[in-house]
Amino acid sequence: MAGMEDLYKEIIMDHYRSPRNRGELLSPPATRTEGFNPLCGDEIVVYLIVDDGVLTDIKMTGQGCSISQASASLMSAAVKGKPLSDVRERIDTFKALMTVHEAALDGEASDAVDLRRLGELAALQGVVKFPVRIKCATLAWNTLIQGLEEISPT
Amino acid sequence: MSGYDPALVRADFPLLGRVIHDHPIAYLDSGATSISPASVITAMSHYYENSHANVHRAVYVTAEEATATYEGARRRVGRFIGAPHPDEEVVFTKNATEAFNLFVKSWGASQLRPGDVVVLSEMEHHANIVPWFQLRDQIGIEIRFIPVSDDFRLDLSGLDELLVGAKVVSVTGMSNVLGTINPVRELADRAHAVGAILVVDAAQSVAHSVTNVVEMGADAIMFSAHKMLGPTGLGVLWVRREILSAMPPFLGGGGMIADVTLEGFTAASGVTRFEAGTPPIAEAAGLSAAVDYLEKLGMAAIADHEAQLTGHTLERLATEFAGRVRILGPSTLEKRGGVISLDVEGVHPHDLAQVLDQFGVCVRPGHHCAKPLMRRFGVVATARVSFGPYSTLGDLDALFDGLHHAVGVFG
Ligand SMILES: Cc1ncc(COP(=O)(O)O)c(C=O)c1O
Repeated sequence: MAGMEDLYKEIIMDHYRSPRNRGELLSPPATRTEGFNPLCGDEIVVYLIVDDGVLTDIKMTGQGCSISQASASLMSAAVKGKPLSDVRERIDTFKALMTVHEAALDGEASDAVDLRRLGELAALQGVVKFPVRIKCATLAWNTLIQGLEEISPT
Repeated sequence: MSGYDPALVRADFPLLGRVIHDHPIAYLDSGATSISPASVITAMSHYYENSHANVHRAVYVTAEEATATYEGARRRVGRFIGAPHPDEEVVFTKNATEAFNLFVKSWGASQLRPGDVVVLSEMEHHANIVPWFQLRDQIGIEIRFIPVSDDFRLDLSGLDELLVGAKVVSVTGMSNVLGTINPVRELADRAHAVGAILVVDAAQSVAHSVTNVVEMGADAIMFSAHKMLGPTGLGVLWVRREILSAMPPFLGGGGMIADVTLEGFTAASGVTRFEAGTPPIAEAAGLSAAVDYLEKLGMAAIADHEAQLTGHTLERLATEFAGRVRILGPSTLEKRGGVISLDVEGVHPHDLAQVLDQFGVCVRPGHHCAKPLMRRFGVVATARVSFGPYSTLGDLDALFDGLHHAVGVFG
């Protein structure tokens, strides 16, 4: 059975206590996207600046549990300053991370995600063992996806 | 009351034998759903093993038994709430939410006119808000809210103005977030004085204190079997006979008609016109057994027992967590029940509930389907502790162990 140490890893607690890239950006020029978890009422606002195909700045405000706050912070650190192609790759990796649970249940090997490429994001891996918390972890990411969609529709 | 032994009560509930993360389960989420004693589970399996047949009409033995079980449950629960005419006033639904929808869509849509006023309160569950909004969007009624004061009570100082033009006042008997017990009799008298009816959401109160619809002065009440030691899938709507007789049917289909031709249909008379299709028969058997069980313990004794636990919890919170934990609800036992919402500084309710789970403690994080109330107090969520007849001081010890640990981890 999954224990708390799987969920509340040191990196997660660190990002929860000292969130990176918190704050607002002047909008415009930044895009401002709101995310909302209707189940628990958690809220997030993601500000993005994309310049010449590079996500040059990201800031976030909002409130939520340790998982949603830490996931947002880890996300911002992982994507800030990266070309959009890299950002999208990160998003895909994160999504894969959040679905390994189902894949494992289906009897597939769970090496769909190369953990070495994840860096600190790997700390979020334990969340899949707590299915109700997956929504907490994905809130910031879904909001980022939505924001990018506004900037450059795919 | 003397003679109430929580340890003996506990032994009647099979689920309480579970061990969660190496701790005996401490079930403190009875406000969401209560757990069932063995007698309720047995009553339902008895139906399936012996009398599984459809109700009404058929003449063979098991069908007659099924009908007797189902109609017996109607009388049983009717007597439990002091209904003057159980056979003609108790309607079975899917849950309290459906009971609200039935009442609003039947009584509301047929009796209210554009501009009529419906008075609710700021502490209502969404089940007592959304159906009224739906009706407003359909026919243009006006909805007003009795505000909640800073001390977590209904603020009745402006009630006279709110009641101008009111046709119905619909409030909760006990808040599922604050634990506040509302002055139902006073609201009934004041509603009736202006010609409005009083509807009471009894979902929280019914399992924790004596319910008597006549003494309350209510015209309709709603509750769910699953919050009173009974099964899921069954709710109760009680409506005073004079009012129920004017209500058109809700869902259409078999069981609710007197006649159907190729031209149209005539609805059945009586409560069955609100019960289209095969009803929850096993669940009705379970509810009967749940009511038997509650009455065996005694509602007054249950209320006393839960008041003791509530008092104990409030005291420990005040001494062990002064300044760290805000209680969203009255801080004394005066007119409050065993529902305690916590706002722990620096610990999000989700995280708190997750840590408590590791101690085998079941509490509920979230907005508790009362978002207007959450906004009123500037929180998005709370962690809610709620008691049942089977709750013990041992559950509280586990709760406080977990609370101290959570504050240590996140504080
Ligand atoms: C006060 C109150 N009203 C209504 C309901 C709705 O009950 P149900 O979900 O069983 O329909 C609940 C329970 O969630 C409640 O606490």
